[in-house]
Amino acid sequence: MSEHVHPKRFYVAVFVALVVLTLVTTTVAFVDLGRLNTVVALVIAVCKATLVVLFFMHLKDQTGLTRVVLIAAVIWLAVLIGITMSDVFTRHWVPSNGSWQASAVMQSQP
Amino acid sequence: MSTVALETTPTLPEVHYLNADYGWRSWLFTTDHKRIAWLYLISITFMFAIGGLSATLMRLNLIEPSGLLFEPASYNKLFTAHGLVMIFFFLTQSIPTVLGNFLIPIMIGARDVAFPKLNLLSWYIYVLGATIFVLSLLTGGVDTGWTLYTPLSTTYANTNVLSATVGIFIAGFSSILTGLNFIVTIHKMRAPGMTWFRLPLFIWSMYATSVIFVLAMPVIAITLALIALERVWHVGIFDPGLGGDPILFQHLFWFFGHPEVYILILPSMGVISELVAAGCRKRIFGYSFVAFSSVSIAAISFMVWGHHMFLTGQSVYAGLVFSALSFAVAIPSAVKIFNWTATMHKGSVSYDAPMLYAIGFIGLFTIGGLTGLFLASMGTDVHLHDTYFVVAHFHYVMVGGAIMGYLGGLHLWWPKMTGRLYPEAWARFACLLVFVGFNLTFGPQFILGYVGMPRRYAVYPAEFQVLNVLSSAGASILAVGYVIPLIYFIWSALKGPIAGPNPWGAKGLEWTIASPPPTHNFERTPIVTEEAYAYGPEEAHVG
Amino acid sequence: MSAEAHGATLVAEQFDDFEQQKHADTFGMWIFLATEVLFFGGLFCGYSLYRNLYFEAFTAGSHLLKIEYGAFYTLLLICSSLTMALGVRASMLRRPTSLTVYLILTWIMGAAFVYIKLRYEWYGDYLEGLVPGLNFAPHGESLEIINRFHATLPHVGLFFIFYFCMTGVHALHMVVGVGLLTTLLIFTRQGKVTGGNYNWVEIVGLYWHFVDIVWIFLFPLLYLIGGRY
Repeated sequence: MSEHVHPKRFYVAVFVALVVLTLVTTTVAFVDLGRLNTVVALVIAVCKATLVVLFFMHLKDQTGLTRVVLIAAVIWLAVLIGITMSDVFTRHWVPSNGSWQASAVMQSQP
Repeated sequence: MSTVALETTPTLPEVHYLNADYGWRSWLFTTDHKRIAWLYLISITFMFAIGGLSATLMRLNLIEPSGLLFEPASYNKLFTAHGLVMIFFFLTQSIPTVLGNFLIPIMIGARDVAFPKLNLLSWYIYVLGATIFVLSLLTGGVDTGWTLYTPLSTTYANTNVLSATVGIFIAGFSSILTGLNFIVTIHKMRAPGMTWFRLPLFIWSMYATSVIFVLAMPVIAITLALIALERVWHVGIFDPGLGGDPILFQHLFWFFGHPEVYILILPSMGVISELVAAGCRKRIFGYSFVAFSSVSIAAISFMVWGHHMFLTGQSVYAGLVFSALSFAVAIPSAVKIFNWTATMHKGSVSYDAPMLYAIGFIGLFTIGGLTGLFLASMGTDVHLHDTYFVVAHFHYVMVGGAIMGYLGGLHLWWPKMTGRLYPEAWARFACLLVFVGFNLTFGPQFILGYVGMPRRYAVYPAEFQVLNVLSSAGASILAVGYVIPLIYFIWSALKGPIAGPNPWGAKGLEWTIASPPPTHNFERTPIVTEEAYAYGPEEAHVG
Repeated sequence: MSAEAHGATLVAEQFDDFEQQKHADTFGMWIFLATEVLFFGGLFCGYSLYRNLYFEAFTAGSHLLKIEYGAFYTLLLICSSLTMALGVRASMLRRPTSLTVYLILTWIMGAAFVYIKLRYEWYGDYLEGLVPGLNFAPHGESLEIINRFHATLPHVGLFFIFYFCMTGVHALHMVVGVGLLTTLLIFTRQGKVTGGNYNWVEIVGLYWHFVDIVWIFLFPLLYLIGGRY
């Protein structure tokens, strides 16, 4: 099973797409979209990364096993960041008035 | 499973991997996975001696409530050295690099691992890291505890944190490359007919372990690099003075730290499967359950790390989730215990050393695992955290579990590795000493923790002395139990009776080749047609 | 593809054939890249935590970086990824001259990246007093920007620690990449990678593209926080 060799223009096309996306993300940074700025920047970054992975790194032509490796790495990274952030976000949660947690807190205080 | 009586006395093969080539160059530049296993065996035994020495000194010190030998500053260095050496330089490597390296290619029917030169490089990286680390110990040591918590390790400690972290950082890459090598080997180099569900369960465990290596060790690597940066340039990512969060360090550390302990136990569980199958001459009960349990342990182990941080100010709600998942991760381990026990039922159980170690594992790991649940539940952990209860728990799983598996595996496969038999009577005796000594050392520590003795303390209230003395006495027995195999293994490698290809009459590709094996393992690539542990009814009653 | 005079395909003895070796090599490199994801991931985790806690400081810090540098690096690396991919293609087609040209172009862009970063951007940051651990003392226009966002100085220091750590580790990986390219150039000269065994070029290519992807994420996360309006 020999590998299919893509023509040069295939790679150039991907390159052009990446350049365009870079220019877009840089330009959008100068426009005030509030919270959306971050979202748009990350979405564009993910698109660029996907293009590199699928076409420059030939993941599109690879077996499922190789894709699992990449997906696993991304999922594990998400677990690291996600659960750590869940700690940070919920550290200062206070039980709402009237809940059983609140009364437990009340009872434990002198 | 006593030695099968043969028509002719077994002889050593004329040419095998040990005598195929001579001279130090043939060893230090070898790419043969079997020789690399020996290189590791010698290196890690040396590190075990260092870790064992620090433990000996600790237990000696704790004979007296006021500390017999050491000031707290020195005692801190001892328990830090003990933890770092045993975890990063002995246990992490023990089964994977010795038994894994030797057996994985043979068990799957391959000539070598996927990347033999990378395998050798892994060993050199390990030696470099270990040398730097030992030098850091000899020039003053570290006193922060093996967990290197900030800001003590980054800002306030005036000990060799930098050189120690550099040594561990380097050694970590050895493990990453080994894990990578094993994953590719197991995926790509299996012999024809060796489907996933015909693999020995040891391979399943090693595969799961390798996945954890690859995903967890890079995180400790970057965390150690950040500590080093802080020590050198005082740039404080974890520095509260800059708004940094020391808990971030703990998140990063334990994201690695918890899967790390599963790196330490999973290979041992794989060995136990092999020991029980060979020792009962029976297929492991519920093969697929045991195989899948290894994979699920590897996966869930990454989501429970916060149970080390219940008392740090971590969110209580995150703690609840971590606690629940910690209970969940106990389930696949329990599945294994049930399946091994079920295998023993109506099996032809032998009482040779490998099986004795396996039986010891099943009992001791159960205790260790159950006591883990006390710590996984937040309410009880509030009282038990940082006490000797924790110390007892993890020693039950790490020593009663992991090391028993390592010793049992060494005994089972010693005839394969050397072509000679170890003395069985001495082996049983040593196993008994290890078992008794171990329980006497760590059993009292559960009680000590429960009544409130903190860990990492050089001194303690006088009313705890009896339990501490019992523990130290047990440690001396345990030490003898470790030294005896060292002696008879060396003796047997030189002068033991010849073993022959299959002294146990066991199933598995490794028992179909000569002892010791030829350099390329198989004359011809085997074609696998039978299931793992294919003991027929007629074989169940031999011996 | 017929065999050429450059040299036979080298199959290591533990493998049965070239296909198995090629699959193993590629699979092995993907696993290594997975470890790199987790390696950088620790830094991204810390970054996420502090960006959430100190958004004003991170925004201020981001504004103290020069967006022109960031965009330039991004385009430079994308270009180098193109030449790298074309190099892999050239080795698959057994064209040593083309391969050499593409490897040299990639090499130049990678080296330029590191040189410009150290000599101009980082040195500039040093002159402006923005390097924690060395001389972190923003003044003049930098201090004005920090005050405009109502950021606290130590937290801005935290941003810059992450900036230097993340781009520093990335730059280290670029240097390693340039070293790998040098090795490939030597192998090409020796005819070792154009006789059909293009797997080495391919796995160096995978590494190079990965380092590019890391930068694709570093650019918006460091240079584009909070926008520039």
